[in-house]
Amino acid sequence: MTIYVLCFALFLVGLYGLLTKRDLIKIILSSGIMGYSCNLMLVLFGYRRGALYPILEKGKEAAPMVDPLPQALVLTSIVIELGVTALLAALAIRLFQKYRTYDITKIRRLSG
Amino acid sequence: MIAPYFIIVPLLAAFLIPFVAKRRDARAVPVSLAAALSLLALSAYVFFVHSGETLVYKMSAWKLPIGINLVLDAFSSFMLIIVSLIALTSLLFSVKYIRHLGQDWKYYALFMLLVAGMNGVVVTGDLFNLFVFMEIALIAALALVAYGGKAHEFEASFKYAIMASVSASLILLSIAVVYSSTSSLALATISQSLAGKSPVLVLWLGSLFMAGFGVKAAAMPFHAWLPDAHSSAPSPVSAMLSGVLIKTLGVYALIRIFYNVLGAPPLFLQVFLGLGAVSIILGNLLAIGQWDLKRLLAYSSIGQVGYILLAAGIGTPLAMLGAVFHMINHAVFKSLLFYNAGALETALGTRDLRQMGDVSRLLPVTARTSMIASLSISGIPPFNGFFSKLVIIVAAVQAGHPLLALAAVVGSLFTMAAFLKVQRYGLRSGRPVEKLVGRVDGAMKAAMIILAALCLLTSLLVVPGIREATLDPVVKVIMDKTQYALTVLGK
Amino acid sequence: MTDKPAGMTLIIKTVSRLIVGLIFLYGIYIILHGHLSPGGGFGGGVVLALGLLAILLAYGREETQKWLRIRLLKDLEHASPLLFLGVGLLGMATGSAFLANVLSKGRLFALLSSGTILPLNVIIGLKVGLSLFLVVLAMAEFDIRKGADE
Repeated sequence: MTIYVLCFALFLVGLYGLLTKRDLIKIILSSGIMGYSCNLMLVLFGYRRGALYPILEKGKEAAPMVDPLPQALVLTSIVIELGVTALLAALAIRLFQKYRTYDITKIRRLSG
Repeated sequence: MIAPYFIIVPLLAAFLIPFVAKRRDARAVPVSLAAALSLLALSAYVFFVHSGETLVYKMSAWKLPIGINLVLDAFSSFMLIIVSLIALTSLLFSVKYIRHLGQDWKYYALFMLLVAGMNGVVVTGDLFNLFVFMEIALIAALALVAYGGKAHEFEASFKYAIMASVSASLILLSIAVVYSSTSSLALATISQSLAGKSPVLVLWLGSLFMAGFGVKAAAMPFHAWLPDAHSSAPSPVSAMLSGVLIKTLGVYALIRIFYNVLGAPPLFLQVFLGLGAVSIILGNLLAIGQWDLKRLLAYSSIGQVGYILLAAGIGTPLAMLGAVFHMINHAVFKSLLFYNAGALETALGTRDLRQMGDVSRLLPVTARTSMIASLSISGIPPFNGFFSKLVIIVAAVQAGHPLLALAAVVGSLFTMAAFLKVQRYGLRSGRPVEKLVGRVDGAMKAAMIILAALCLLTSLLVVPGIREATLDPVVKVIMDKTQYALTVLGK
Repeated sequence: MTDKPAGMTLIIKTVSRLIVGLIFLYGIYIILHGHLSPGGGFGGGVVLALGLLAILLAYGREETQKWLRIRLLKDLEHASPLLFLGVGLLGMATGSAFLANVLSKGRLFALLSSGTILPLNVIIGLKVGLSLFLVVLAMAEFDIRKGADE
């Protein structure tokens, strides 16, 4: 139980960074942390007590294994977050080119 | 057998375009137009020929509960028709409009990826697959919003990206909670397993889904990304975003999850009512004060989606009929309004209403179609907006929420005020305009005329004979709630 | 801004030239054994991209563009999702569903087994590796001093 609470605390750490930091790069990193905490929670939900990794190897017989489906989901989720982070980084470069600063309090040409 | 083609056709077009059009940009246009036309034909075929039955396709030939299913029932095929219609007219509009923004083939490839993502969200029957297609559509939409290369477009795109990634993390958390309690990811088996679980779990899940998909649907507390993103994007992209993206990723996902999977718990229906009412009043009120034409249209989008959420919250079959009808109406007239804004921007070089003049003689097609669209969105008969708003207001009164009906009427008055402002300043103000900066050419006019004709034709959908053939199967699928699971599992 | 020579010092250039082949070998190993051990297409693709990125970081952008054939890499990257769709449609053409496993499944634990999973891993590894490298190359090509107005 404490593991899941700690995962949620990591999510809140990422959310705190997203809300209060003023630097664009730190906002991107905070959204990354939020995504990683969700992935961690997904993998932890697949754990079965006393079970092995879910790979069948030559010469060993089938033992109780942890749930492999969340691991496949996390793989997909990591790839998606990689794509979004790459796009955010490219946007950050273009924003620096246009506004000459990474400070979000100064990037405010649009109102509201 | 037809269901995967809705994903394969736009993906194939998106992957072929870089090959075909690297030497000559113009070759990207016929590929994407062919893809959009075939999607429209396929979705019309499925909606009219297979109406009332549910087609289930097992991807990779794996059976439930292990495999991923594609489920095409009446609601999905209805949304597919809306998506392909608006995609076709957006492509027609953007043939000349995009020419000045640089290389064409990248725009068309991203556009096809956006269509593929939205089709995937509508067609899939698996929760994580919905998440993946939602992210595909999001990434394509982000790149399209920032396509013009100006400073405010990047800022709008960054803001949209951060809010969308927060909502994606929330949806991923809720998928984790769903998986840990039901050990399955297909919508049908989730709805069967959740029927016996504790109400606290349903409360948790409902709140997380509401927050996650509420950002995508731009309901009022979660709306902050929409005015910037929709006003900074190029006009055909704004039409796609405002007309179909917030409806497929937001409203369709909300209705599918809350009605078919969770079984419409009454607490969340009241939350829908609250979100809808606040969006209607505040969205349309904020629209009146805007001087930038596209920002006014974006705020009015928030208001109109509020109508759909309000009707979804009332929960009676008549209200759901109003919601579904308003979805197609809003897609048609909001896209037409964005095309008019794009045509005005091309012709006059500005988006500010204070600097526009009297163009009713120089741009006759734009002026007349924008009058038709403004009459539709304000709810004047015989255009389609009147009928859908009437159905929603009558359903609110019949279900015993007279205050909400009053809120809907007040919102409609605000809408009328905002669009009177658009007509007065944008198209018919006293100042005459001598010459135009750019030309509005044939393809743009064709797109606007098609949608204006549809504004009149879709009001026929409420006539009892036609309604039974088209809208009633859609309402039946939604109101059947968790019967959806039995229908899917029976195939 | 002073005009220093692009790329890093001589030690890094020499070492990266020697170990790039080993990085590629490791990446190809992860991709090819995707159905037998952890990793698969995505993990191996990232390692391939890191090998190419080692060259980019050590030598600087201009020399990398002269040394590697970027146009060929871009054409390969455009072709790989088409190949993926082709494998998927192969499943539809032989009567089963889209992306079904229609090639022969082979012996357990052999390298050439498990049907379409091996070609799909290779295609994904190629696509992910090339995409990551080309994205970073595009970010490196971008001249931050031009176009600052508006």
